[in-house]
Amino acid sequence: MHVPDGFIDAPVSVATGVVAAGAVAVSLRGARRELDERTAPLAGLVAAFIFAVQMLNFPVAAGTSGHLLGGALAAILVGPYTGVLCVSVVLLMQGVLFADGGLTALGVNITDMALVTTVVAYGLFRAIVKLAPHRRRTVTVASFVAALISVPAAAVAFTVIYALGGTADVAIGKVFAAMVGVHVLIGIGEAAITALTVGAVVAVRPDLVYGARGVTARPLEIRSSPLAPAAPGAVARAEGPAAEPAAATSDTSDTSETSEALETSEPTGTPAPAAAPRRSARRVWWAGLAAALLCAGVVSFYASASPDGLEKVAHDKGIDQKAEDHAAKDSPLADYGVKDITDARLSGGLAGVIGVGATLAVGSGVFVVIRRRRATAESERG
Amino acid sequence: MGAGHAHKLYREGRSPVHALPPHCKIAAVFCFVLVVVSTPREAVWAFGAYAVLLAGVAVAARIPAGYVLRRLLIEIPFVAFAVLMPFIAEGPRVEALGMSLSESGLWSAWNILAKGTLGVAASVLLASTTELRALLLGLQRLRMPSLLVQIASFMIRYGDVISDEMRRMRIARQSRGFEARGVRHWGVLASSAGALFIRSYERGERVHLAMVSRGYTGTMPVIDDVTASRTQWMYAAALPLTALAVCLTGWMLP
Amino acid sequence: MTDPATTPPSLQVSGLAYAYPDGHQALFGVDLTVARGERVALLGPNGAGKTTLVLHLNGILTAGTGTVTVAGLPVAKAHLAEIRRRVGIVFQDPDDQLFMPSVREDVAFGPAAAGLRGAELEERVRRALERVGMAEFADRPPHHLSFGQRRRVAVATVLAMEPEILVLDEPSSNLDPASRRELADILRSLEVTVLMVTHDLPYALELCPRSVVLSGGVIAADGGTQELLCDEELMREHRLELPFGFDPRSVRVPVFPVR
Repeated sequence: MHVPDGFIDAPVSVATGVVAAGAVAVSLRGARRELDERTAPLAGLVAAFIFAVQMLNFPVAAGTSGHLLGGALAAILVGPYTGVLCVSVVLLMQGVLFADGGLTALGVNITDMALVTTVVAYGLFRAIVKLAPHRRRTVTVASFVAALISVPAAAVAFTVIYALGGTADVAIGKVFAAMVGVHVLIGIGEAAITALTVGAVVAVRPDLVYGARGVTARPLEIRSSPLAPAAPGAVARAEGPAAEPAAATSDTSDTSETSEALETSEPTGTPAPAAAPRRSARRVWWAGLAAALLCAGVVSFYASASPDGLEKVAHDKGIDQKAEDHAAKDSPLADYGVKDITDARLSGGLAGVIGVGATLAVGSGVFVVIRRRRATAESERG
Repeated sequence: MGAGHAHKLYREGRSPVHALPPHCKIAAVFCFVLVVVSTPREAVWAFGAYAVLLAGVAVAARIPAGYVLRRLLIEIPFVAFAVLMPFIAEGPRVEALGMSLSESGLWSAWNILAKGTLGVAASVLLASTTELRALLLGLQRLRMPSLLVQIASFMIRYGDVISDEMRRMRIARQSRGFEARGVRHWGVLASSAGALFIRSYERGERVHLAMVSRGYTGTMPVIDDVTASRTQWMYAAALPLTALAVCLTGWMLP
Repeated sequence: MTDPATTPPSLQVSGLAYAYPDGHQALFGVDLTVARGERVALLGPNGAGKTTLVLHLNGILTAGTGTVTVAGLPVAKAHLAEIRRRVGIVFQDPDDQLFMPSVREDVAFGPAAAGLRGAELEERVRRALERVGMAEFADRPPHHLSFGQRRRVAVATVLAMEPEILVLDEPSSNLDPASRRELADILRSLEVTVLMVTHDLPYALELCPRSVVLSGGVIAADGGTQELLCDEELMREHRLELPFGFDPRSVRVPVFPVR
């Protein structure tokens, strides 16, 4: 998705550069307000984390794999300001050191991937967290939806930038369809990984999830008071983090224990009553995800075999010579998402993919609603 | 990233290009790329001239052509796509309609290919003649906000440490017989990512403690600074100025 | 040699109690005096409050009750910068301590933050690195050094500030025997007050004539290191265990010169 030099003309590159600089300046101020003098080490370490985690490969199927973009993850974990800073620094370093993303396109890349992704993801995340019941699962679901939408949102932002200053003669509609379509697919992977990662962090150090502050704290407090025997453990879990900054300096053993607990992916400290619905919900969620991915695969494969709606229209109107062109434009941009999906499938299966994406978005919405209802029912029962 | 890559990125040398102050080089490369991007795509010869200019810089920096080309190869999968896509993507219909009508498409592909490649080449030359540390000093000198420079320098310092942790976690997973083969293993991988985040964040907190213990109050003391003489600026400006001349000629010629 | 009557002790902690914001109390009235030039080991089981105590020494944590004075200067907000210059803490993980891109810059960080510049700064850095035998590594990035080298550089970063007291958190952890000995040689050669937090009892015996045991948030014992290590009951009570086959009675402790 890193835009190279020459893709966007000079005036728009400069303009996006100004936008990016403004966004970074605002974020600098915001981050400093939140973290004061801790900004540099914390943001630096989180940037290093984003960089490292982009190298973590998530196998999809049959030898293909995807990896995280990290914008939504950063926004949820460390907040929008620090998130923008971290992703911007990662992009800057990738541009300067690895020539990944052009220097003149830095403004485009930052606006697109650091600003839009982060802001959209964080906004959505907060909205869902505010509206839905305050539970740990809400955080996971909210992360999923936030990440799912943030990636196509970046694609939309890119299309807007392209409409203003694109150098290639491709119809805006085509670019839009291609970019958004591809990125809906990428967004599914991004959403799954982001939700799982945030879920893993929430299970161990809920205080570190910026976006979930005040969400996770309440149930933990409630648990501690009524049950005398279970309480001390819960209190320690809930309150440990506050002491952590100081204790962490000497007790590295703590961290390793933490990570081992994480490896088993099921949080061990959860009281038994809460565990059962959680697990079944996870299963439902997994099943949904698997179904969505299956659909995406089948539909795009089918679509690649027979040109469908969009292609047909293009053919009839005699504009499909440009379709070839659009494929040439979007494929380099897609290389950061789910890799190795052959381009014939991509260009052929756009409509299918968009359809699946929409279905999934609606499905997630329904899922959220059901969850909320079930959660309220549960809280009424107990 | 970090050391592993950093060492491949930077090529030690004593050439005049290496000796130029980093901020001059960054400014020069940036202006050069900006000029390249502003060049009309029809001026094919101009892009040739830019390539010759960059080749000149590479020679002056004693960076072997093979090295630059190899770095280009790593960075240009998108170029391969740009070249191949119009011919293979749409199957038989390319032969039917493509060749006669794709002129503007070809121009676009050429435009992106040429400008993108020149941009990558210029960045590669910059990264291979400037040390990581110097790059950061250069950015600082170019008035990049100091907080941003600090974040970048922490990222570079700890990129390795964190990648190492990630590697160790992978080995720990494999040692327990786990191998990620598909989507159903994402949960475990994501837990690792989550653990990695926690470790990174906690390390950030410890680093902050260590900094505060040595008198950090929010601003980094200026330990090293880079300065450039007028002559050095002139040397550095040679590249973008020549390019500008080429570009202007490109606009004036029909 | 200085006159103990006129020189204030390097470190004086009295009645120090502290509870974390969450209510967990870690220190319950610690009294500790470390005279100038002394080398003292701070022993204690996990969770005894050792790290909490250390973080009070340079004002990262502020005492609930009680006082900490460093060479006569009380630890308080008003002169935190001076306190942090006087108290050099070497943290356990050198990767946390060495946060700058090169060894030289890292060692220069402390003095530069205190306002030192130019030739004076260079001289300070050179001297600190020479004292730990790392002068030729000045321009290397920290992550290219071995663990032992990194720990030595971490000591240098603190020495460069010319501290009144050097506080080491687990200095021997993760070191191979040779690096361990090299670090011991370096620490012995320094003419600075040392407070060493450690679980490594032989190391404490080797380097520190005096030890204090912190247990349950109070100083549970204070005396000659050899005496303490030989007191089996005390050791058991505070979960301090000697490594297999190590008999502190059999060790002839070198006589330390009094400074």
